[in-house]
Amino acid sequence: MTATFEHAKPGACAACNVAPAAEHLAELPKDATLMLSLPGIHCAGCISGVEKALKAFPGVRSARVNLTLRRAAVEAAPDVTAQDLTQLLERAGYEAHELDPGVLATTEADRQGRDLLMRLAVAFFAMMNVMLLSVAVWAGAEGVTRDMMHWISAAIAIPAVVFSGRPFYVSAWGALRGGRLNMDVPITLAIVLAVGTSLYETMMSGHHAYFDAAIMLCFFLLGGRYLDHRTRASARSAAQELAALEVPRALRVTTVGEETVPAAELAVGDIVRVKPGGRIPVDGIVTEGQSELDRSLMTGESLPVYAGPGTEVSAGEVNLTGPLMVEVRAAGRDTSLHRIADLVAVAESGRANYNSLADQAAKLYAPGVHILAVVAAVGWWIYTQDLRISLNIAAAVLIITCPCALGLAVPAVTTAASGRLFRKGLLIKDGTALERMSEADTVVFDKTGTLTTGAPEPVGLDSHPDEAMGVALALAEASSHPLAEALSGALRARGLRAARIEGATEVPGYGVEGIWRGKPVRLGRAAWVGAEAPDVTATFLSLGGEPPRAIRFTDTLREGAAETVAALKASGRRVILLSGDTRGAVQSFADRIGIEEVIAEALPQEKAALVAQLSEEGARVLMVGDGLNDTAALAAAHVSISPAAALDAARTASDMVLMGRSLAPIADAYTTSTSAARRIRENFTIATVYNVLAVPLAIAGLATPLIAALAMSMSSITVSLNALRLK
Amino acid sequence: MDILGILIPVSLFLGLLGLGAFFWMLKRGQFEDPEGDANRILTEDYDDKPKS
Repeated sequence: MTATFEHAKPGACAACNVAPAAEHLAELPKDATLMLSLPGIHCAGCISGVEKALKAFPGVRSARVNLTLRRAAVEAAPDVTAQDLTQLLERAGYEAHELDPGVLATTEADRQGRDLLMRLAVAFFAMMNVMLLSVAVWAGAEGVTRDMMHWISAAIAIPAVVFSGRPFYVSAWGALRGGRLNMDVPITLAIVLAVGTSLYETMMSGHHAYFDAAIMLCFFLLGGRYLDHRTRASARSAAQELAALEVPRALRVTTVGEETVPAAELAVGDIVRVKPGGRIPVDGIVTEGQSELDRSLMTGESLPVYAGPGTEVSAGEVNLTGPLMVEVRAAGRDTSLHRIADLVAVAESGRANYNSLADQAAKLYAPGVHILAVVAAVGWWIYTQDLRISLNIAAAVLIITCPCALGLAVPAVTTAASGRLFRKGLLIKDGTALERMSEADTVVFDKTGTLTTGAPEPVGLDSHPDEAMGVALALAEASSHPLAEALSGALRARGLRAARIEGATEVPGYGVEGIWRGKPVRLGRAAWVGAEAPDVTATFLSLGGEPPRAIRFTDTLREGAAETVAALKASGRRVILLSGDTRGAVQSFADRIGIEEVIAEALPQEKAALVAQLSEEGARVLMVGDGLNDTAALAAAHVSISPAAALDAARTASDMVLMGRSLAPIADAYTTSTSAARRIRENFTIATVYNVLAVPLAIAGLATPLIAALAMSMSSITVSLNALRLK
Repeated sequence: MDILGILIPVSLFLGLLGLGAFFWMLKRGQFEDPEGDANRILTEDYDDKPKS
């Protein structure tokens, strides 16, 4: 599933480049039985191509593509499996993956989004109508006409405010019951007081009614809420999609044969068969078979390790060469994946006390506004001894200090920033991640799978004679081991021809052997061909009596890795390489990419401890990692990024996920997050300036509903426009 | 000013009509796949019969 989520692929049609998956209002058809992810589709041709191919398949009743979410919902007979359909689509030329519909439980978020949108629509309708009526009052309507306008405004505004402001009332009530003050308390108070005094004024046929201000307040604030919700919902749905891609299945061996079952249904003591190339679904012990395991996601080791009867294996490792029978020791929630969760929980507690810019603003704002309103009301009451005037002043102060701009200041910027980064292939999972990113001054990289793709590349092939390499090529082609595949690919690319080998057979867990010109030849592990094991990744070739030749491998750099590291160093940030791999491999890699600070052979706890230690020394750490061994460190860091190919646990622990293969978006994320943090601060300043200008008017009793409406809309619009200046 | 007696109800009625239409669209799921809908009008398949 490595290359599947490049949402930001340049499409053949203009519409493909429109921010994808932003509108996440879709509800999956109720009777859909199968969900497919189609990351590659981008235009009208793809829609009809996919739908036609699916509908032509026997047993498929209906198929509907959703281009925005890049998914297809297929309703089919029970005997049609998702695998049939993905293979069918792969043949037709569309990349397709099965999605687990159970994990895609987005209906709750959808319902919430739809609910907010409905309230927003009601507030908009009411605001526009009340505003029209208010124009007559502002223009100087007198006496009965003014009273009539006020009464009609009240009739529209009161039900609308009651309905559309509900999210604020609920949240404010929750905060008050918990003995806290949040942004919603002054909002609720402003709305209630404004509507209350306006209604009273209308009854007494007074001059000023703030119905328009109250409903406008609702509208702008709901707008901020909706933007906020949409950013989070689209990030959540994409994250869920990544999780849903991994439908864990296992081949259970029973007395009657083999059956495919979900990994969650396995019990301790069951025997499962793991095919070569498959990921091990459980923790257990090998009972039969020999193979090699790729543990890079779990420990960061780039060198595959031998596995035979008695070897302990854990979920997430990849079986490379031979089939293995594994006796289940722990399944589902009890696997090593889950055990690391404790480590993550401890690490995360450090981050929980992060104080976002919005929190800081709310902390200053909420009490300040209340004190100001009370002081103004008390002052006027002492001065005039008139409760009606002093309540009116209090309402005016609360409305003028309207947190509209404050409510929009953060969501408008984060929506713009995450939309921009999403198009570049970076998914923001957490609302405050951008702020934290802009503060990070130390970058810690994991090696295997993060800076490297985990795919090896042979080096120094020139030092071997062509004849020997011909033999190596012939032997390598008999295996599907990643080192063998890398070697045969590199040798083919050099134009070598394979030598004639008789009886080339793979010995799982060791290598390939055969007969060449009457002599036995072997390609494989050091011990098997009789050589010293070096500290770097290598495979060995023995030709009959000759001493074995070492063919060394180096890791392939991930796309954009060198540029990202160089850019981070150029901007004066401290870059550290932290890996669980062997010292030699890590050091030679660090020299190649140009990182001076290197820590090798680090255990998962040590990684987390190092990140915690850096934080204690005052550094703000950005952790980039993909493996299970990085998970605790990702959670402990100030902000963290993981690639899409990372383990589910690592993606869950990190704040941002790279959707594509390249690391280049990290540099973009730095630029955008710095710019976003600056815009957020500017927005708060703008909102404060408006307040500082308008509050004296309100306290002096000069604030008319017209001034309130102007101040409110002007500040909201300025703040939104400022957010769009984001780089 | 008598004209207000007609104009205000008319404007309210039209506004409510718009609001109702928006709710209807929301319910019918017309915002489910905006990109797909924009592209579907460009498909070249001729549908000879209505979809069953």
